[in-house]
Amino acid sequence: MAYITKSPWIIHYDASSCNGCDIEVLACLTPLYDIERFGIINTGNPKHADVFLVTGGVNEQNRPVIKNIYRQMPKPNVVVAIGACALSGGVFRECYNIAGGVDKLIPVDVYVPGCSAKPEAIIDGVVKALGILEKKREAMKKEAGN
Amino acid sequence: MSFLDVMNVYPLIGVLLFIVLSPLVGGIIFGIDRIITARMQGRVGPPVLQPLYDIFKLFEKEKMVIHESQNFWIFGYLIFMIITGALFFGGSDILLVIFALTLAHVALILGAFSSGSPYAHIGAERELIQLMAVEPMIIIAAVGFYEVTGSFNTLDIISSGSPLILVLPGIFIGFVYILTVKLRKSPFDISTSHHAHQELVRGLNTEFAGSTLGMVELAHLYETAILLGFIFLFFGLAAPIIGLIVVALIYLIEIFVDNATSRVKWGLMFKSCWIVTAVLGVVNLMALYLI
Repeated sequence: MAYITKSPWIIHYDASSCNGCDIEVLACLTPLYDIERFGIINTGNPKHADVFLVTGGVNEQNRPVIKNIYRQMPKPNVVVAIGACALSGGVFRECYNIAGGVDKLIPVDVYVPGCSAKPEAIIDGVVKALGILEKKREAMKKEAGN
Repeated sequence: MSFLDVMNVYPLIGVLLFIVLSPLVGGIIFGIDRIITARMQGRVGPPVLQPLYDIFKLFEKEKMVIHESQNFWIFGYLIFMIITGALFFGGSDILLVIFALTLAHVALILGAFSSGSPYAHIGAERELIQLMAVEPMIIIAAVGFYEVTGSFNTLDIISSGSPLILVLPGIFIGFVYILTVKLRKSPFDISTSHHAHQELVRGLNTEFAGSTLGMVELAHLYETAILLGFIFLFFGLAAPIIGLIVVALIYLIEIFVDNATSRVKWGLMFKSCWIVTAVLGVVNLMALYLI
């Protein structure tokens, strides 16, 4: 078992979200859900993070920011898109300044639907992401072996 | 054969025990720290071995550096921290221990400076201020040990006939005061912090990722073992059980202080450390001459 699934550190970015999903993401850290039980820590630094949580539809201004954060995360890493807007642009998808879902810019591994997404759903999504993280880690190991 | 004879003949035993055991002991201490912190906030908290899982994970990650020199400095930090502990637990000269400890921190600061990142720069500058704030007290502690036992060797200090705290109470309290800075605990966690992951991005550790950050964390485990060993010197083999209880108690108090206080500005940290050093440390030293 890889240690990466025992201590996934997350970074959370709000890409023009209405803050509904952000509040739910932070709710996961509160005593009620306490995701630190699983070694999950909310970092503010992409270089320390393993899981990238994005909320909100991407607009033109935060397009480079998201790409930048993703590029600064050391491999293996996973991206979790949270909420209807991050999945497809949601109700804002027709707006002139909205690029659409996060997957238009960077590869997304797990989609967590909802408006806003429930904390239980977010935790479920992160747990699913951990399985993908472990697979990526093994693929990385094989590549290094070759 | 008593403990002292064994240590006198084979000082390498202490060194090997330090190198092998202190990451484990330090990891468990940090794990308990995180659980107590979580309980104080009404949470359950991570497993006890979580700090070790974190370090193992960091070594699994991709190597990502801004500058090759970064790795060199951080490796130097880890190696000098291990040398510090080897000198300390091998029963060597305590002045050498202090110089090696400072050298290790200088390597860490140079590593942070070499990245060129503004966040790491601020963190490195603040770490320099922390070093300046704590260094006088540590040296006064060494001088105090010498005044009482007549030797700078940790082996002679630890085997002193009576507990040193009886004649060095001021230096003891002063050392505990600066321990908060050394352990990176609030209110003095100004260069980087365990808990506040989003402040000044991460201060000193901002530009370290993957195995480089793993080495920084590992060195911090070693440093914790050295510092708690330093506290134990005040009791030594004259009162070993009381010594261990006091070491545990002091760490517990550090956790409570960490959770109950907010961070102070660097000026207040610096001034208060030097005032405590000047009042408690120097007065205690002067009293030693009078006795």
